[in-house]
Amino acid sequence: MGTKRHFRVWRGDESGGDIQDYDVEVNEGEVVLDIIHRLQATQTPDLACRWNCKAGKCGSCSVEINGKPRLGCMTRMSTFEEDETVTITPLRTFPVIRDLVTDVSFNYEKARETPAFAPPAGVAPGQYRMQQIDVERSQEFRKCIECFLCQNTCHVVRDHEENKEAFSGPRYFIRAAELDMHPLDARDDRKQYAQASQGLGYCNITKCCTEVCPEHIKITDNAIIPMKERVVDRRYDPLVWLGRKIFRRDELESESMAPSVSTGVTGAGDATPFSSARLAEPPPVRDDGKMDVTEVTLPVQGGPSPFGDQEFPLPLDQISYHKPESRD
Amino acid sequence: MTTTATRPGVGPSGPQRSRAAITAKTLRTDRWWLAPLITFIGLGAWVTYATVRVFMHKWYFVEEFHYLTPFYSPCLTDRCVEGSSLFGTPLPSFWLIPEASFTLPFLLLFRLTCYYYRKAYYRAFWLSPPACAVPDGHEKYSGETRFPLIFQNAHRYAFYAAMIISLINTWDAIIAFRSGDGGFGFGLGNVILVGNVVMLWAYTLSCHSCRHITGGRLKHFSKHPVRYRVWTFVSKLNVRHMQLAWITLGTLALTDFYVMALSAGWFSDLRFIG
Repeated sequence: MGTKRHFRVWRGDESGGDIQDYDVEVNEGEVVLDIIHRLQATQTPDLACRWNCKAGKCGSCSVEINGKPRLGCMTRMSTFEEDETVTITPLRTFPVIRDLVTDVSFNYEKARETPAFAPPAGVAPGQYRMQQIDVERSQEFRKCIECFLCQNTCHVVRDHEENKEAFSGPRYFIRAAELDMHPLDARDDRKQYAQASQGLGYCNITKCCTEVCPEHIKITDNAIIPMKERVVDRRYDPLVWLGRKIFRRDELESESMAPSVSTGVTGAGDATPFSSARLAEPPPVRDDGKMDVTEVTLPVQGGPSPFGDQEFPLPLDQISYHKPESRD
Repeated sequence: MTTTATRPGVGPSGPQRSRAAITAKTLRTDRWWLAPLITFIGLGAWVTYATVRVFMHKWYFVEEFHYLTPFYSPCLTDRCVEGSSLFGTPLPSFWLIPEASFTLPFLLLFRLTCYYYRKAYYRAFWLSPPACAVPDGHEKYSGETRFPLIFQNAHRYAFYAAMIISLINTWDAIIAFRSGDGGFGFGLGNVILVGNVVMLWAYTLSCHSCRHITGGRLKHFSKHPVRYRVWTFVSKLNVRHMQLAWITLGTLALTDFYVMALSAGWFSDLRFIG
C-alpha cells in the first residue's frame, strides 16, 4: 500500500493555464510518469501527456520536474522526500499544446535544415567500410533519443525566443559533430555550416545540455567544443588560414574527398559556400542508368526485400527448409 | 515514406503558438545557487590574492635555496632581487609593472579563455545562466558571436603560450634543488614547487584546445595511430579539466604563500637534505 503525496501539475493550453494541486497515491518503485498515469486514471481523465516506451528510450515524456528538465519515466519517486511536493510542468522553451504536451516542431525544422549524411561519390550503400576507432566518436552521438531536454534547457533559446531562428541547439551540434567526425562523410563544409547556419557561436559552453542528457552524452566536451575548435581551424586561426593559402591545402583536400550534392531537405545547406575546388557531381548512376536503391527513396520504411514482394507466412510448399511438425 | 509529424500552418510561417504561462521564474527546489556562489567566492578570493601579491613587489624569492614564486617567474624588472632573474631585466621598476610582465598576461588569457573557466564565470559572474533552467540575467544574448567574446576562439594561442611558461616554471623548480652552500639540497619547498609544476602540466595538457590539436581534429584515427594514442591520453586528462583548474589555483596560491612566508622570515624551510 502506498502513501498519499502532494503533486502540482501545470494545466492549460496556449490561451493560459496554471499550476493545480493534487494528492496522489505513490507506491514503491514508481516513477513520475506512473503518477501522471494514476492522475489520468483517477482524478483528471483529461490530463494530456506524451509518452511511449516507459524505459527512457523513446524520448517522449520530457517534462520539467521541480523545475529541472527530466524524463518522466526515468525520475524515480524514491529520489524525493516523502513529504516533498513534486511540481510537474511542460517544457518551457517550446509552445504548449495542452497540459504537459508541447509542440517540439522547432527541433524537426532544425533537423531538416541539417544536410544529411553524404557518402563519397561512387561508394554505394553496402560498400561502406570503416574502422571502429574511426567511427567511435560519432557513435556516442547516435545514442541520442531526441527527448529535446538539451534543446529545452539551453538558455540561448529558453530565455531568448528571438534566437530560435539563428540557433539550432545542442542536439543539432552533436549531429553536425557526428557527421563531421564520420569517416565516410564527404562534405567538408560542416564546420562552416555549424558556424554560419547553426549558430554555434551562440553557445557559451555553460554545459546545461550535458547536465540534463538522459543518455549521458558528453555533448559539450565531445561535440560542441571539438566543433568550436574545428571552426577555429577554418575561420579564426590566422596561422592555419595563412598555411592553407600558402600551401593551397584547399585543393589538396578536395582531391581526396569528393563533394556531395546533399543540401538537406529544405536546401538550407545551400547557403554555405562549398570550399571544394571540384564541381559538384550528380548521384552515382549504374550502367543501366538507374541509381542504387536506398530506403530513403522507397515508399515504405525499411530496405526492399531481396525476394520481391511476398506475404508472410509463406505457403508451406514454397519454403526451402523443413518445418518441424507441430506437437498437437 | 514516413513523414514527420509537423502540422501544416505551424512553425515560422504559420501562426505562432505561445509558451506555457508559468509565472515562477524557476521552479527548482534544490540549492542551485550554491555552485555558482562557491565559484564566485573561490575565483574572487583567488583573483584578489593574486592581484595583491603581484603588486606587492617583495617576498617572492628565497635566495638561499633559489625558490622563486610562479607569480614572479621569470623576473624581468630592474628591481628583481639578485639571482632571481634568469632572462635579464629589460623592464623598468614602476609599481604598475609586475615582475613577470611577459608571462602573467598570457596566463590570465589562458585561464580566461579556458573552456572550463568560461562555464564557471559565465554562470557565477555573468549569470548567463546562473544555473540550468534558471533564467538568464540579461535581456539580450548574442553568445560568443561578436566582439569581444569572439576572441574566446583564440584559446589555442594562449595554450601555446602556457606551454612555454610551463617550461619556464619547470626550470624554476629544477634549479631550486639547491642547498645554502650551493650544493644539492632538498626541502619541503622543493616538494611544493615540483607538485605545483606537475599539476600545472596536467592542467595545461588537459586543455580542450590541446585535445583538438593533438588528435581531435583528425577524421581518421586509424591512419594516425600515434596521434590517436596521444589524443586518448589527453582525453583522459581532459575529463578532469575542471578539477585540475581548481587544483592548480590551489597549488599556485600555496606555492606563492610558502615562498612569501620563507622570504619574509615567518618560518623557515623544512630541509631534508642540505
